[in-house]
Parts: sequence; structure tokens; C-alpha cells
Amino acid sequence: MLDALQERFDGILRSLKGQAKISGSNIEDATREIRRALLEADVSVQVARDFVARVAEEARGAEVLKGVLPGQQFVKIVHDQLVELLGGQNAPLVLATGGPTVIMMVGLQGSGKTTSAAKLAKLLKGKMGRRPFLVAADIYRPAAVEQLAVLGRDLGVPVFRPVDNDALKTARLGLAEAQSGHFDTVILDTAGRLHIDEGMMQELERIRAELNPHEILFVADSMIGQDAVRAARDFHQRLAFTGVVLTKLDGDTRGGAAMSIRAVTGAPVKFTGTGEKLDALEPFHPERLAQRILGMGDVVGLVEKVQEQVERQDAERMASRMARAEFDLEDFLSQLQMIKRLGPLEGLLKMIPGVGSKLKDLDLDSRHLVRTEAIIQSMTLRERQQPAIINGSRKSRIARGAGVKENDVGLLLHQYEQMKGMMKQMGGMGMFGGMGARRGEAEAHPLPQVNAASAGFAAKRAQKKTGKKKR
Amino acid sequence: MNVLRRLSQAVSRTREEIGGRIRELLGTGRRVDEAMLDELEEILLSADLGVDTAERVVSGLRERVKHDADTPLDRLIEEEVLALLKPTSSGLVPQAENFGDQPRVVLVVGVNGTGKTTTVAKLAAREKREGRRVMLVAADTFRAAAVEQLEIWAGRAGVDLVKAAHGADPAAVAFDGLNAAMARGHQVVLVDTAGRLHNKKNLMSELDKITRVLSRRLPGAPHEVLLVLDGTTGQNALSQARIFTEATGVTGLVLTKLDGTARGGIALAIHQELGLPVRWIGVGEGLEDLEPFDPSLYARALFEGLGALASEERA
Repeated sequence: MLDALQERFDGILRSLKGQAKISGSNIEDATREIRRALLEADVSVQVARDFVARVAEEARGAEVLKGVLPGQQFVKIVHDQLVELLGGQNAPLVLATGGPTVIMMVGLQGSGKTTSAAKLAKLLKGKMGRRPFLVAADIYRPAAVEQLAVLGRDLGVPVFRPVDNDALKTARLGLAEAQSGHFDTVILDTAGRLHIDEGMMQELERIRAELNPHEILFVADSMIGQDAVRAARDFHQRLAFTGVVLTKLDGDTRGGAAMSIRAVTGAPVKFTGTGEKLDALEPFHPERLAQRILGMGDVVGLVEKVQEQVERQDAERMASRMARAEFDLEDFLSQLQMIKRLGPLEGLLKMIPGVGSKLKDLDLDSRHLVRTEAIIQSMTLRERQQPAIINGSRKSRIARGAGVKENDVGLLLHQYEQMKGMMKQMGGMGMFGGMGARRGEAEAHPLPQVNAASAGFAAKRAQKKTGKKKR
Repeated sequence: MNVLRRLSQAVSRTREEIGGRIRELLGTGRRVDEAMLDELEEILLSADLGVDTAERVVSGLRERVKHDADTPLDRLIEEEVLALLKPTSSGLVPQAENFGDQPRVVLVVGVNGTGKTTTVAKLAAREKREGRRVMLVAADTFRAAAVEQLEIWAGRAGVDLVKAAHGADPAAVAFDGLNAAMARGHQVVLVDTAGRLHNKKNLMSELDKITRVLSRRLPGAPHEVLLVLDGTTGQNALSQARIFTEATGVTGLVLTKLDGTARGGIALAIHQELGLPVRWIGVGEGLEDLEPFDPSLYARALFEGLGALASEERA
């Protein structure tokens, strides 16, 4: 499904023309696709609709960076807004200073409360250096207490068992027991329940009123669909939970429910469950989840990097030279340097919609970039501008200067010629126009193409040179 | 209580949610135009049908409305939904009498927390009520106290259970269970497995091993592989159905937790894509809270009351 979505985005992005500002029309398709992406990620219909409308409104009139397309930039804006909505930074656990901290786990059946309670106990005992105490107040599900008892035994954390088959009494006596044993954190595991089950919800309200927990964590299955909004809202109205644990994120779900839950309750995701082992409880990373929900490759990262690194003038000059096939080794060198600034090659290529998949079998090693750079830097300015003058003796001098074999120099020159030929063709098709030189006739994402072409060059070389896999 | 009424009660919240909103939409007396179809699509989307399936229903309706101005819209909607649930040949329920002296073996699989163990218990109680001798096999040897959980259910349902130590090879337990059932003349063997996320390759091949071991002991077994889906699950259920089907040849679905406000609409998409029928729905925590699923009853229950309302409107 992710691939299919990626393809659709590629198509949309390709169809957008290079325009200077985001307008209603040049992001219309992107808007529709984003709404669809959100829905396919299980974001609630209402939340998705409101979010897309608000973001489109905010994005209108934003200036489009050279080197990216309105649709791409819009995606970046959407992503940033989504990260903000999910909670810009990680929300830590609230811990009491005096007396024991009380943490209450609540949620629907099967969301993973008991497992999360045990994982939390492990985290508290280990990394956080606290003395946790588990209270098993699920008096309904067969063997639920036994489950927590087994987990507690494995962790070396005491587990308080139910008293008189009464959840409230169990919670009260459990807390007292923890206090007398000088435990500093009490984790209360409650039974799973439906948000519409009046009696069961009242039970939680009574426990909350009596224990006054510092944290009430709503444990939510990351695979939950449209019902997330209803369940979260009902639980929140009754209990005002303080945080969310998003479980089973090690599956392949897109996890859009988290966005709905956050949107309707405002409570931050505090932890994510990422595996069956008891140490698989991680702090929440809003960026990762945002990208997962949008499911559109790292267009965002690409736009960010372009934003940070590329000097506009450079890019424009390069594009026009390439379009006229005047590209020389000097240009190639500055391309290489730009690529180096952009970071690991493999990561960069993967960010480009449509390129990532085509290049997936390539071996990329940035050390070869360094080698190529060294070869070009061993050339005189004239050699760089007119590679044709490089003869045998020049070649041997360059090789010695760069510390490579003469063959390597020859290979680079050969591939440079090939690339130049390729660029002539692409220039003829108007591939580089969007960068500024031929705006208006442009078809596809310009800068990525340039980078991809030169990166591919280096990569191809790397493959031929080493003949073995490198990571 | 008759089946229709029970089912209707079970999905009453679904009906309120979807039917209610659709009623509202129709009650406005609006003409069927694009804006209305958009609203209808949103209603279907909020029932977890998914974008593709909701679009299919809506575009089907758009066509029908063009050529058929007389049939009330609610009837058309019901028909479109029914068309999605049309039974396929794989939806035939294996009957006990087909199995002669040998037990019918049912393997129950699914991701974590969907309600597999509870479903196994409910199925056992049901088979027992119908007079068959049931053997439960506790092959979830991974989750803490899963065996104890099933043991308690087995006691309540009054059926036999085969178990092994925590951490034992689940395929070995399954083999032993089937072996014991064949030796002791049980007619139905229900195998409970550990919850596993479908993208974990090694856990999925463990299921494949269980299947192979069962068929080695009794050719043809397992006769049914039921995938238990949490009714609150969204679009990921499609991925679950696809991958579990590849790994173990799922023959049917059990949709659980439908006593809440969840609508389980993704089952329509799954049926549409994989032809997998929903066999049972779970509607509560008691042993008797399992109902057979009937597509036409479901579709009717989903939209029940629409017709009455529409005729009131006309009158």
C-alpha cells in the first residue's frame, strides 16, 4: 500500500509545473491526495477534513523554493503542521516528588494495557532508577492477574493481587501496600472496557477519584480505525487522561488514529509499544509518526535539505548550463560538493520520489565521491573546462596527484562523456527547466534530477571499481 | 430471541451511527447530487470501509441513480453494500457430517489483542451446545498466562483442553492436541494460537509449521483457519487478512468487539478483495456472545428503518 501511495504521489508531483507560489490550483491534487493518505492511515474523516482545509489555507501564498515544486513544498508544510499537532516535543512522564507516583492504565480490550504496564515497570526500574509496584485491578478477564503476576516475577517487581474481587478496593489497598513498602511508583493495571459501558466507566471514575493518579495513560492500539475518536473522546471526558501509549507500532499500520486521538483530546502520546519484549517501550517521535501517517517517502526531508543547503544562484546557473550541455568537470565538482553537503548519498536518493525505487540496487559509497573529487581537483582549470585535452601524460600526472590508478581517471572521463550525452538529451526534453532557466516549460522535479544524475554517475563508478557490496 | 433480533441488537449501534446519519441525509429531502454523494462517502468512510470501497459504493450509486430514479436511495445503498458481501464459493461452511469419524480441526489466528482466546472459548461453548465433543488446544505458549486464560474458559464451557508448558513448541502442542482428540473421539478440535503481527516473518512461518504438522497427523487438517479481526481495527485489517491468508490459507473471518461503537466496515473491503467471508461476530464478553454472520441480515440490520422512514417522507 505504501508503494502504491508513493507512486500516486510521484505522479501528482510530476504533473505539477514549476510555479513560484502555492495557490489553490497548484496544490489541489496534492490536497486531495493528502486527505486520501490520511484516511488510508485511519485518521478520522472529520479530523482529516479539518486538518487539510486548515493547512491548505495557511499554505496559500507561501513562496515556493527553487528546486522544489509547489506540491512538494505543500507536503512539507503539511508534515510540519502534523508534527506540531502530534506534539512538537516528547512529553515526559509526570512523577510526584513526595509520596508515590500513581500511574493508571486504561483502555479498550486488547489494546495492550497489561503488557504496557509491565514494560513501564521495567523502564522505571531500569533506566529511571525507581522502585515500581504493580497493582492488578483487572478482575474480569480470566487469568489477567496471572498474566501480570508472571510478568512482574520476570521483572522482579511485586504485583498486588485483587482483594474481594473489587477493583476499587484493590486499587486502594494496593496503593497503601506500596506506601508501606516504600515503593515510589505505583502502576495500576485496569480491565479493558468499552467506552459505552456505563458501569465499567463509572468504576474507573471511582478509582480516579479515590487515588487521584498523577498520570492516566490511555493505551491505544495503533491499528484502531475510525472508532478511535469516539473511544478516546469518551474516555477523556470521563477521566481526563494525561497521556497516550500507542501500542503495536512494530506492525505495518500507518497509525493515523494517534492523530485523531491527539486532535480530539489534546493529550500527548508519551510512549510507543514496539515489540513483544518487555524493553520494547520507546519515547514518542512525532516526526517519525507524521511521515508514517503521510506515507509519502521523505519528500519532507528533501525539501528541508534543499532549503538548508542549496544556493539558489548556483542551482540556476547549473541548470542552464546543463540544459545547454555545457556541463564541464568544474560543474561536476561543485555538484559533488553539493551532494556531500546534503549528507549520505543513499539517504538522499531515497528521498526523491520515483528515484529511490530505481536506484535501490545500487551500491553507494560516499568514499567514492571523495575519490572522484580528488581526481578532478588534481586537474588544472583548463583540463576541467576542456576535458578533451587530457592525454596520456596528463592522465598519469592526475592519477599520481589523486593517488589513484590511471584507469580510474580514464573511467571518470569516459563516464563524464556519457553523462554529457545524456544531459544533452534531457536538456532537449526540458528536464531542467523548473530550476529557473526555463520556467514554465518545465515538467519534472529539477534539482533532484541533477543530483540523481551526478550521484548515479559516482555510484556506477563505485560499483565498477569495487565489484562488491558495501553498506 | 431470534437470530435477526439478536443480530440487529448487536449491530444496533452501527446502525445508529451509519443508518442514523444516512437517514439524516435522506431526511433532508435533498436531490441526489455530488455534494450529497460526498457526504454519503464520508459516512461510509467513518464506518472503516476504506477509501476504495467507499468510492466503489458511491460510484455504483451514482450510476444507478442515473438510470433508476424510482427506487428509493436507501434501497439502492443497501443493494450496493449487499453486492459487496455477496458470498463466494470459499464462503461455504464446512459441515460436521462431512468428517465421518475424524475430528474437524479449526485453527484460530490473528494479531495481538483481537480476542482469539475468547473467540475460541465461545466457539467451544457453541459446538458443545450443539452436542459435539470439543477439544481445546492451548498453542499460545508465548504470552504470559494465555494457557491459564484458556484453561479457565475450558472449565466454564465444560470442554477438554490440551496444554503444554510455557515456551513449548506450539506446533508440538497442536500435534499432541490433535492426537489426543483423535484417540479420544472428539469431533471438533479448536487450536488457539499466540497473537502475532503479520509483518513478523518468523512468527508467520511458525503458523505455517503448525498447519503442516496438523495436516501430517490428519490429512486435510486444519479444515478451517479463522482469522480473528478486532472490529475496531481500521485499514490495517486488510494487510492482516492478506498476509495471514498467504501464510496459513485463512478460510474465514471472525469480527470481534462489535458490541461497542465500532463498525467493522473493513470486513467489506476484505471480502471484496480476498473473497473471505465473515463467519462469526463477537458481541460481548460472555460465552454466548458469538453470532453467525449473515451478509444479508447484516446489510439489512445496518440500514433497517431506512425504508420505513423514506416512505414516511413520501406520505
